[in-house]
Amino acid sequence: MNALTPVEHVKSKSRLLRGTIAQSLADDASGALAEDDTHLVKFHGFYQQDDRDLRGERLERKLEPAYSFMIRVRVPGGVVTPSQWLSMDEIAARHANRALRLTTRQAFQLHGVIKRDLKTTLSEINASLLDTIAACGDVNRNVMCSVLGELSPVHHDALETANAISAHLTPHTGAYHELWLDGKKVRAGEEREPIYGPTYLPRKFKIALAIPPVNDVDVFAQDLGYIAVTEGDRLAGFNVTAGGGMGATHGEPETYPRVADLIGFCEPAKAMEVAERIVTIQRDFGDRGNRKHARLKYTIDDRGLDWFKEELFSRLGYQLPAPRGYEFRTRGDSLGWAQDDAGLWYLTLFIPEGRIEDRDGCRLATGLQKIASTHTGDFRITPNQNLVIARIKDRPRIEELLTDHGLDALVHITPMRAQALACVALPNCPLAFAEAERYLPAFTDRLDTLLAKHSLENEAISVRLSGCPNGCSRPYVAEIALVGKAPGSYNLMVGGDAVGRRMNRMALESADEDTIFDYLDNGLGRFARERETSESFGDFALRALPQQEA
Amino acid sequence: MNLAAEKSTAEPINQGTLAELRALVSGFERDQLMWMSGYLAALARSTHESTPPPQPKSHAGAEWTVFFASETGNSRKVAEGLAARAVEFGLAAKTQDLRDFRAHRLAKVKHALFVVATHGLGDPPEGTQAFFDHLMRDDAEPLEDLAYGVLALGDSSYADFCEVGRMLDARLEALRATRIVDRVDCDLQFAASAEKWTLAALKGAQARSEAPSAEVRHLHAVNGNSPSLAPTTFESRVLTNQRITGRGSSKDVRHIELDLDGSGLTYLPGDSIGVLPDNPPQLIEQFLDTFDLDPTSPVTVDGQSIPLETALSKHKEITAASGPLLKALGKHHPDLEAKRGDRDQLRDLLLTHQIIDLVSKYPIDWDAQTLVDNLRDLPPRLYSIASSLTANPDEAHLTVSIVNYEKFAREHWGAASNFMAGGATSLQVHVEANENFRLPDDGDTPIIMIGAGTGIAPYRAFIEHRREQGAKGDNWLIFGDRNFFTDFLYQSEWLKFREQGYLQRLDLAFSRDGAQKVYVQHRIDEASKELYAWLECGAHIYVCGDANAMADDVNAAILRVLRSEGALSEDAASRRLTELRSERRYQRDVY
Repeated sequence: MNALTPVEHVKSKSRLLRGTIAQSLADDASGALAEDDTHLVKFHGFYQQDDRDLRGERLERKLEPAYSFMIRVRVPGGVVTPSQWLSMDEIAARHANRALRLTTRQAFQLHGVIKRDLKTTLSEINASLLDTIAACGDVNRNVMCSVLGELSPVHHDALETANAISAHLTPHTGAYHELWLDGKKVRAGEEREPIYGPTYLPRKFKIALAIPPVNDVDVFAQDLGYIAVTEGDRLAGFNVTAGGGMGATHGEPETYPRVADLIGFCEPAKAMEVAERIVTIQRDFGDRGNRKHARLKYTIDDRGLDWFKEELFSRLGYQLPAPRGYEFRTRGDSLGWAQDDAGLWYLTLFIPEGRIEDRDGCRLATGLQKIASTHTGDFRITPNQNLVIARIKDRPRIEELLTDHGLDALVHITPMRAQALACVALPNCPLAFAEAERYLPAFTDRLDTLLAKHSLENEAISVRLSGCPNGCSRPYVAEIALVGKAPGSYNLMVGGDAVGRRMNRMALESADEDTIFDYLDNGLGRFARERETSESFGDFALRALPQQEA
Repeated sequence: MNLAAEKSTAEPINQGTLAELRALVSGFERDQLMWMSGYLAALARSTHESTPPPQPKSHAGAEWTVFFASETGNSRKVAEGLAARAVEFGLAAKTQDLRDFRAHRLAKVKHALFVVATHGLGDPPEGTQAFFDHLMRDDAEPLEDLAYGVLALGDSSYADFCEVGRMLDARLEALRATRIVDRVDCDLQFAASAEKWTLAALKGAQARSEAPSAEVRHLHAVNGNSPSLAPTTFESRVLTNQRITGRGSSKDVRHIELDLDGSGLTYLPGDSIGVLPDNPPQLIEQFLDTFDLDPTSPVTVDGQSIPLETALSKHKEITAASGPLLKALGKHHPDLEAKRGDRDQLRDLLLTHQIIDLVSKYPIDWDAQTLVDNLRDLPPRLYSIASSLTANPDEAHLTVSIVNYEKFAREHWGAASNFMAGGATSLQVHVEANENFRLPDDGDTPIIMIGAGTGIAPYRAFIEHRREQGAKGDNWLIFGDRNFFTDFLYQSEWLKFREQGYLQRLDLAFSRDGAQKVYVQHRIDEASKELYAWLECGAHIYVCGDANAMADDVNAAILRVLRSEGALSEDAASRRLTELRSERRYQRDVY
């Protein structure tokens, strides 16, 4: 075993995530935190970043980098009330320098919050009955849950499971309340982390619940997944998956994306217990000597799936029965209107790059604000960074507001664009090699033109852009993915399946946009001519298009 | 006694020198001449034998004290020049900085010449306020034994031009002292008028003196090595012209690095660099338009014929208005003349109007030569040096705020700042020493540096210097500006200084970041206890930056610290601060 990583030392001496965060906040000479604290604040829900567009300029001007913080708000299953929506909208307007962002994990992200506003922002978020603890860091992150499942009778139960798991795996440290909510100080030794222990997990941990036939949550890309199994209108239980994960590093073959394995079946009442046991296995056996090799997928691969199951069953005290049958048919969002058995309406809106902002005629932020002021149902952030306005009673009123704010077009988007994902990348993300979010509109414009050229505009092809190989937009399970290598240079990946079960392969390495589009023009043209009945582009690409040697 | 009758065949001195000697000794009494012959004999012997001359007995009261009150060092130079030349007039003279002189002792002085500068809005130079305060007291000692003269230095672009000199002259007269030479008020180009007054003062002193004193040490200056009033200028290459306020800042502040290699110029932390700029070309355009003049019209400047455009660009002050200019315009505009008579209105006019604003409001039909004759010579602009010469050999760094603003529907430019920002590749520079802003001699002494905006410049020099010297004293910076994100000048360097242990404490006040405007004086109030504790440990306090916007508030804040932490009355605190000043532990460079 390697020596412990520096971050492990930071965690272990942090007194359950306190470190010197308070002193870092009090230092008004720098917009940054002390180095060690930058690791700890992730557990509190935010990252220190700097505007990479301004780095060189500020260095020349003898100013420190333009530091700010990205705050991630935990929203299990992506469901928020209208008043929470209004609060987040207001908090973003007041403290963030960019528009509120819906994430690929159904959370909110606020970008560009400066240090002296952190405490106010976090306390305002908490006042709206949302929070940020464990939204990042080496702990269980926001628990995802399929969205349009409301049209399925089991959605309510699945969401409750998601909430219960999320609550159960929330860190117990009083540091969060102490630092941000003026909670009373806890004396050393009076608190402990019953599940995580004092050094938490070796790396982040991701959980999602999928309700077939929709795999919008990309359940196979998660450390731990639950696939709902239905009997009639009843939630019978879940097929449990483990060991998925997207992160990889260019040029380091010992790091790789991996799709999860099916472990077995569990009843709804056992779901929380299974989650806790798997988290403790990862706590005890995960690699704390190399952060790039510390996800559950490596723990399983290093020791074998059989070992993992045995360890799990032994910790549970019982075996999980074999998985039941399931079928995924899609993972995109169906834009537009839908109605459930009770007669309530659901509107799925396309949100460009997940950004809630007014752009030209499309006054999305204002329109949603107006809708939230009258809406009696809820809002649901989808894993495709779109938004469902759920349980609408007065459809004409909402339609009127959409028209008034120029939002009608947001349901008339090609299915490709509606589920296209991009991570934040430049200028905010410190890991990015290339553009992603800022490039997505231009990329999908050009791809839409190609699709139209080949009469493929109704194909729900999954497209994902990632600024680096760490895979926040889950690129390795897309049918077409760009993974950033350098500014303007990407690896083109093709051949994932339509529902996120199979990983794609590299088609082009370090290619520029024109080379990528030449490949896609040719590939889509052949797909249109040569595809078999109901064959997806990903399946066709795997079968017929050129790929690099693995 | 007739010296001509003793004409010697050997003639050791020529006729001219003899005539001078005769003029010099005319009017002396017999015993004085006897004393002088002895003095001269001793001098001759000492020259011959290379041994120190015997110290002759000095006549009580015969020595002239040349007092100076200097902000930038100009008054000091004039005073030293005068003292050095005194011997040519058979006078003994010594210089005395008014900062180090207790005013009540003036009653014991019989012969005094004063060279005093006016600073800011009619204020005496740093450290001399106590002297003037005492002099103005109702119970000030009568000075009927005092013979005096005053030379006033100032800048006629301020309403209270030479106010301190004027006030001193009037007060000494009121205290029944005897004026031996009329006061002269010098503008920025003081050299010629200062020279004239110096001669007049020395003649007056000579006439007044009961006897020439004989303090030998001043004889060294006989050979004419009096300090030059004209500074040594050097054409310095601009090595760096880097904006240091961040994107989105309300200000454009530049870090300028100058190459002094080969100049022979040296400086100490606290000194300034004088920059002689070319005037803004757009402003010259406006002058030519306003007066409807041809840029090539020949004009005579300092006896040389040059094109008008060159005169406006390189020789004449065309931004800041002056008293004489207002007077000239006032002759043709009664409404302006009326304003000129009112002190407040005059002050307001000079603070808010550049020359171009005035000649647009009060049009006047001047030909090229008349225009040029009504403009002052272009003075150098002074910038506190932001670097330590030890840390940056052959370089001087400046922190320059680019002055650009709109007023009266017209763009206005600061001459020097725009010249530098506009990409000048070289600059005419000289070094201005500032003895009133010096690091403590002892590196162990803690320092507290308070500054706003470009007032941070000398502190960068201070820290660099103390780092190079391995000084162990603690350093505390209290800095203020508008916005943290863009205006924390030299932020990355201060953070590094702090990390490396050269900056023990750093307090910041950014006025435009929060709902409440916070300034450096508020930080002083908050740190009252610690600041007092530092003072008790012997700390020196420095204040640098804007005289109007900051200096008084900071002064008041320091007084509050002394009152509350030292449990002093208002008077006692004020006295304590005066003491700190005279101990040179409270030094200011405000502008």
